[in-house]
Amino acid sequence: MSNALQIALIPLLPLAAFVILGLFGNKYVNRSAGIIATFLLASSAALAFYTAYQYFFEYGKVEGVYQKVTAFKYTWLQFSDQLSIDIGALIDPITAMMLVVVTFISLLVHIYSLAYLKGEKRFATYYAFLGLFTFSMLGLVLSSNIFQMYIFWELVGVSSFLLIGFYYDKPSAVAACKKAFIVTRFADLGFLIGILVLSFYAGTLDFNTLIERLTSLQSAEFKMATAASFMGISALTWGLVLVFIGGAGKSAMFPLHIWLPDAMEGPTPVSALIHAATMVVAGVFLVARLFPVFQISPIAMDVVAYTGIISALIAAVIACTQTDIKRVLAYSTMSQIGFMMFALGVSKTGGEAGLGFTASMFHLFTHAMFKALLFLGAGAVIHYVHSNEMKDMGGLRKYLPITHITFLIACLAISGIPPFAGFFSKEEILLAAYHHYPVIFYTALITSGLTAFYMFRLYFSIFWNKQTQVHSEHSAPHDSEKHGEGGLAMMLPLIVLAMASCLAGFIHFGNFVTADGKPLTTALHLLFSVAPVVLALAGIGIATWLFLRQNDSPVKYSNKLGNLYKAAHQKFYIDELYGFITQKIIFNLVGRPAAWFDKNIVDGLVNETGNGTTTLAEKIKAFQSGKVQQYAIYFLGGVMGLTVLFIYLWK
Amino acid sequence: MNEFFTLMKSELVVTIILFLLLFIKIGKGMSNERLLVFIQVLLLINFIAGFVANEEGSLFGGLYYTGEMIVLQKNILNLGVLLISLLFADWFIKSSHLPEFFILMLSSLLGMFFLLSSGNLLMFYLSLELASIPVAAMANFDLQKRTSSEAAMKMILTSAFSSGILLFGISLVYGATGTISFEALPALLSAAPLQVMAFIFLFAAFAFKLSIVPFHLWTADVYQGSPTATTAFLSVISKGAFAFVFVTVLYKVFQPLHSVWYNLIMLLSIVTMIVGNLFALRQQNIKRFLAFSSIAQVGFILVGISSNTAEGTASVVYFILIYIFSNLAAFGVVGLIASQANRESINDYRGLYQTNKFLSWMIALALFSLAGIPPTAGFFGKLFLIKAGASQANYFYIIIAAVNLVVSLYYYLKIIRAIFMEPNEQPIAAIRVSFSVKLGLVICAAGIILTGLIGWIYDYIQLLG
Repeated sequence: MSNALQIALIPLLPLAAFVILGLFGNKYVNRSAGIIATFLLASSAALAFYTAYQYFFEYGKVEGVYQKVTAFKYTWLQFSDQLSIDIGALIDPITAMMLVVVTFISLLVHIYSLAYLKGEKRFATYYAFLGLFTFSMLGLVLSSNIFQMYIFWELVGVSSFLLIGFYYDKPSAVAACKKAFIVTRFADLGFLIGILVLSFYAGTLDFNTLIERLTSLQSAEFKMATAASFMGISALTWGLVLVFIGGAGKSAMFPLHIWLPDAMEGPTPVSALIHAATMVVAGVFLVARLFPVFQISPIAMDVVAYTGIISALIAAVIACTQTDIKRVLAYSTMSQIGFMMFALGVSKTGGEAGLGFTASMFHLFTHAMFKALLFLGAGAVIHYVHSNEMKDMGGLRKYLPITHITFLIACLAISGIPPFAGFFSKEEILLAAYHHYPVIFYTALITSGLTAFYMFRLYFSIFWNKQTQVHSEHSAPHDSEKHGEGGLAMMLPLIVLAMASCLAGFIHFGNFVTADGKPLTTALHLLFSVAPVVLALAGIGIATWLFLRQNDSPVKYSNKLGNLYKAAHQKFYIDELYGFITQKIIFNLVGRPAAWFDKNIVDGLVNETGNGTTTLAEKIKAFQSGKVQQYAIYFLGGVMGLTVLFIYLWK
Repeated sequence: MNEFFTLMKSELVVTIILFLLLFIKIGKGMSNERLLVFIQVLLLINFIAGFVANEEGSLFGGLYYTGEMIVLQKNILNLGVLLISLLFADWFIKSSHLPEFFILMLSSLLGMFFLLSSGNLLMFYLSLELASIPVAAMANFDLQKRTSSEAAMKMILTSAFSSGILLFGISLVYGATGTISFEALPALLSAAPLQVMAFIFLFAAFAFKLSIVPFHLWTADVYQGSPTATTAFLSVISKGAFAFVFVTVLYKVFQPLHSVWYNLIMLLSIVTMIVGNLFALRQQNIKRFLAFSSIAQVGFILVGISSNTAEGTASVVYFILIYIFSNLAAFGVVGLIASQANRESINDYRGLYQTNKFLSWMIALALFSLAGIPPTAGFFGKLFLIKAGASQANYFYIIIAAVNLVVSLYYYLKIIRAIFMEPNEQPIAAIRVSFSVKLGLVICAAGIILTGLIGWIYDYIQLLG
């Protein structure tokens, strides 16, 4: 079946890039590594677009409902008659959408990196890692069973680890990649246990079968999963919450978000790809994939919704106080993912009630575009200024005109100003929460106001405000090409993404991606839109007033806020809390005694064995003298001794 | 008549080669290089012939019998001899008595074949002597070295002593039961004191050949003094053959004395492992080191033998196959360095990796396999031995074996560390590795890696057992 081959090639092409560049890259094709990888990824992206086109417009829809199509599947490990691990590809609307998002953003990042990492010593290695990441991410979204997904989930974690630590001679990068890996590992443990619980009760790992069995109220598996309970909560809910912990770790949800801001130590294009557009939405994707099962359990849904909204609010508050531009973007990512999460959490299946699901996926899609744009723009700024700090920037609009315009578009999009993409998706999310979840709705409303504020704080601080002096030596015209915006390779992705950020909102997402596969008509309620837009405009207004020109009012107001500002600036001390728990409690109470035991008891025993044997060997050395007569005597003695032993003593 | 040819095929082929070599010796027309190639081809033919037209049956009224398992064991020995002819090519070419060395080695091999096929104690004794005496002459082959003569002398004296004890044991068996036929013996044996004594005397002869403590004392001196090719033959081929026969004799003939020999083997295997390990720790000479480490390996083989099941037989045969690859590769490298650089001390091996990358990797692989580190075949070999031994549910014994396994890691890795990590002012100069040696080492390396990973090899052996 050529269709299967075509779909299999989508992840395999980036894998080929990884293998080729990983094996031969640095030695033979370092310079052209970027071209090779970009070419392979472009082919992969073309296939992905074509696949999505075919799915949405040719074969995906049967009688008005989008089907889940298994493109191919073969059994990898057969445990018992029922339980097996397969490798397969499952295509449904969210997979098709994710294929497009991942390959599209990855392709742009590949192109962008051609200029951004030019002259880097480990250029080929970088592209090899990008290939590995893209492969893993595509494998993740294509997974037809939960265990396959787990494998790719881990692979994504590994490639993210490798890319965050790409500048491995920088201690902060090393610390950051370790942190990201360890925190997500803990979350993944939850995911794994969740998988085991769910698959134990469902008796399968396959997504389709698992969803079918755990959602039909009459099936034996469903009855068993809901009847079994632990601490008053059913096994099904436990399984789902544990799976969600895995998703929350990957998607940087509170309180497992601490790794994401630090992960900004990686190269900026990587942040755009992994920590803004693709990997961090894996958690959202996971919940969406298992959405029918999540729906069965109101507790699990509430966990998803409230985790989402808390993360959204906290991240937005912290983002207002950060001074490192990439960190601001990191917290804003966390906040936006919080939006997607709670949208899923408040959703139901079917008709108007299923709006949350569609809105969440829609926001995932538009967010990927404008957040990648923001990161790539920030990359251009950092490339120019050689600093991440806001205080080193200001007035850059003259030097970076294209970056300036595209960045502004992205800021408008994320703030939810019509007619940019973010407006439409955020509007749907708010609408979904409006009817039944007032608390969430109003919190989200405030958060979206905050979003506008911190984004424009960022925007004005970079492009307006004070006139930066740092790069006056660069402003000479003959030098501008070298130190300007980085040429076509860097500008093209910005322009493409800016166009996407303008236009993506006009897609009728409800026609394609819904919880039950049936099209959903979404209407724009003009009156409803007034409040969010006004709030956003207010946020922008305050930001303009405070940050457009250099003045001392920001400092004044932050001083007035006192401890609240300080707490937000210190990220609400969550890192310190983790530090306290791990270092003071776990290390002292568990680690130290274990280390002592290892050093004194285990090591001591081993050392003593070694020393003892050496001493013993010294003593019996005389036994081996080199004299044949003595050998004969030992021989005879041995025979006689054994004879006596076995005839008289040991019968 | 036809039966005579098919059943005794292995022996006949070796005999024909022996005669050919004798004629060549008389003719004296070939240079050593050409002669060696010729011999290698003959040994290859011998090895291949082992796989053709095999049948089961007995000859000479039960004096001689053969079966699929015995043929497999003979093939394994053939493979070992072929590898020796490849690995020690440098030394062979320098030797002034090349045909004689192979005549002696093949005579010994012929003795082993008869030993494997012997169906009665007389045949057993004769073939045992045929397998042993030529080796003493082989030990003397570094004619200009006094240590070589000393080794030969020690070997012949101690082996004569052990033969005396063996003959005493055989006569006691005959006295107690009135028969020397393997087939008739089991029915007549019991754990009566006289028979236990006779058995222990017989056992001592095996223990001597396999260097089981306390009958091992000749080993180190002879291994160190002999030419490396002889040492390799002694420690690998000869030990393999005696281990095979030991299993057959214990399981088939002395089954009625199982309760005695199980304890005996357990006791001696523990002592052997410990003593082998302790002495190996302290050695400075690499050949002596390999000698003691091979003593410790025999202790492990005894763990497998103690199981008294078909699994025990299979695990021993499988282990010997792997042991041939691993130990011959180690001896091959050691022999090459001894013959070209004339250095045998472990300290000389420091920094070997700097000058001889290929040899370093080969010896490292061999030592990994000897130490039983996965994924080399040595790991699987030891795993199956211990698994077989565990079938007797004597976990105390198994734990001691496992602890010894861990201790042995230390000294094997010590050498690897010396080769790869320790600096040396005067490392061994780069050594030219001839094609023949390279081929031998690569075959060994392939064997070390593949024998463990290809599952059906063990399955096949187990099927025969």
